[in-house]
Amino acid sequence: MFRRWSEKAARLAVKIDGRTIEARDGDTVAAAMLAAGIGHCRTTAVSGMPRAPYCLMGICFDCLVTIDGVGNRQGCLVPVRAGMEIETQAGKREAGQ
Amino acid sequence: MNAADLASSYDLVVVGGGPAGLAAAALAARAGVSTVLFDENPGLGGQIYRGIASTPVRDRAVLGADYWAGEALAAEATASGALIATGATVWSVDAARQVGVSIAGQARLIQAGRIILATGALERPFPVPGWTLPGVMTAGAAQTMLKAQGLVADGRTIIAGCGPLLWLLAAQMLRAGARIEAILDTAPRLNWLAALPHLPDFLLSPYWSKGLALLREVKARVPVIPVERLAAGGKDRLEEVVFTSRGKQHTEAADLLLLHHGVVPNVNLSIAAGLAHRWNDRQLCFEPVLDRDFGSSIPGIFVTGDGAGIAGGTAAAERGRIAAVAAVRGPRSDAPLPDPQIFRQRLQREETGRGFLDWLYRPAASFRQPDGETVVCRCEEVTARQVREAAAMGCEGPNQMKAFLRCGMGPCQGRLCGLTVTELIAAQRATTPREVGYYRLRPPVKPITLGELASLPIGEAERAAVER
Repeated sequence: MFRRWSEKAARLAVKIDGRTIEARDGDTVAAAMLAAGIGHCRTTAVSGMPRAPYCLMGICFDCLVTIDGVGNRQGCLVPVRAGMEIETQAGKREAGQ
Repeated sequence: MNAADLASSYDLVVVGGGPAGLAAAALAARAGVSTVLFDENPGLGGQIYRGIASTPVRDRAVLGADYWAGEALAAEATASGALIATGATVWSVDAARQVGVSIAGQARLIQAGRIILATGALERPFPVPGWTLPGVMTAGAAQTMLKAQGLVADGRTIIAGCGPLLWLLAAQMLRAGARIEAILDTAPRLNWLAALPHLPDFLLSPYWSKGLALLREVKARVPVIPVERLAAGGKDRLEEVVFTSRGKQHTEAADLLLLHHGVVPNVNLSIAAGLAHRWNDRQLCFEPVLDRDFGSSIPGIFVTGDGAGIAGGTAAAERGRIAAVAAVRGPRSDAPLPDPQIFRQRLQREETGRGFLDWLYRPAASFRQPDGETVVCRCEEVTARQVREAAAMGCEGPNQMKAFLRCGMGPCQGRLCGLTVTELIAAQRATTPREVGYYRLRPPVKPITLGELASLPIGEAERAAVER
């Protein structure tokens, strides 16, 4: 759904739900996921419906993902780093997990 | 930069690295006051100049001269002597001018002599059926991806809505090689009647020729269809857009639907700080109550840029300078400062002609006050029907509505539902948004972890307040 204007930026590898994805230096986590064609980045706490980033500027909170073990990070505000581990978030958080 | 590198106090704290914040910080730092600018994004520029220092889109014709004007602003701020902290999220501001900020998971409380809030604007909520589906985004989101990451939409893209930014985005996308299947124009035809008295001013402003050029550029390549209703359809992601044009229903397959109904001030930090706000009926949004220097109802706290009221990026820079002069003059009357009169004159030129745009592109009430199963609060999945029923049952305001339905209590803190809920309650109860008011908001306005809070230094006053 999105292609790159320029191939000049350095490539780096991140993991999304254990799968290695090629991102670019300068991507945010949300942009990298959209560029990789990932369908959704979380399912909602209330009804489990799939959501993908909506505003890409830190307003909508639909881009919430777990990054390097810390949950509910706004993916659109976090720049990718090589080796970053990103997990999509499913439903509501259960106590103790 | 680490949070530990910050001093415990600064003469001036500027929140937001868009045009207003950059201009304000540069002026204040050059006047010799200790200045820090915080922006939560990885780079400077806010939304309009997003990615200005790092964009992969080096062909300047794509994003246009107005975008590249931000380069000088960012360079000026960086060279001014102000401390620039990106990746810095301000989550609290209070009347004592204490600023809660986090950098890389570490929180600090910074004392400010003066605070300038320059957090800009956000897209007006555009609730239509299916707007929560993956594949539906704001026009600003597509613009952000283009500017900051050089990502160009590559599938069947439809843009819907109205407003000057919609035409700018469409032009930038086309220049970048994207294909746009259609623009669904939601501006009510009757808007022309209200806009007409403002036309003479508009013709005197710089917007007139720029706007016409953009319109021509886009209309030459993209069909523009007037629509009264639209909906996004699909099972787990967007598959099609269903719309009604001149009474007839159409369905278009789509991979990406970009929604835009103008921008409104981002008031979460200013409301949580306790500043007085008022309803702007021409621009259909809440904005802080300010004096002519952009000083708010709390002494020492200023709000400038689009966060003070929507006027665009160039106006924002002049507003930032006016606020900075007032913010510096208070504590340091001896500081060498420019006369703000020149900024006020430039600002007045920039603000001329906005009335025409505000009326021409005023979104229809049917979009601002949806009904049925359309989701209003995206976080808590509360529908328009539920909000209307609660209002009809006696729920008088958005804060009471929170207790009934949880709307506004999700992580976005009402950023995407606040205006819709206020307008729905007003419509359902035959009153005005001014009467109904807005959500009461409290810090933190951005998420922070318990660990960050716990790591804040505890002083004697804090300890005495809770120990027995």
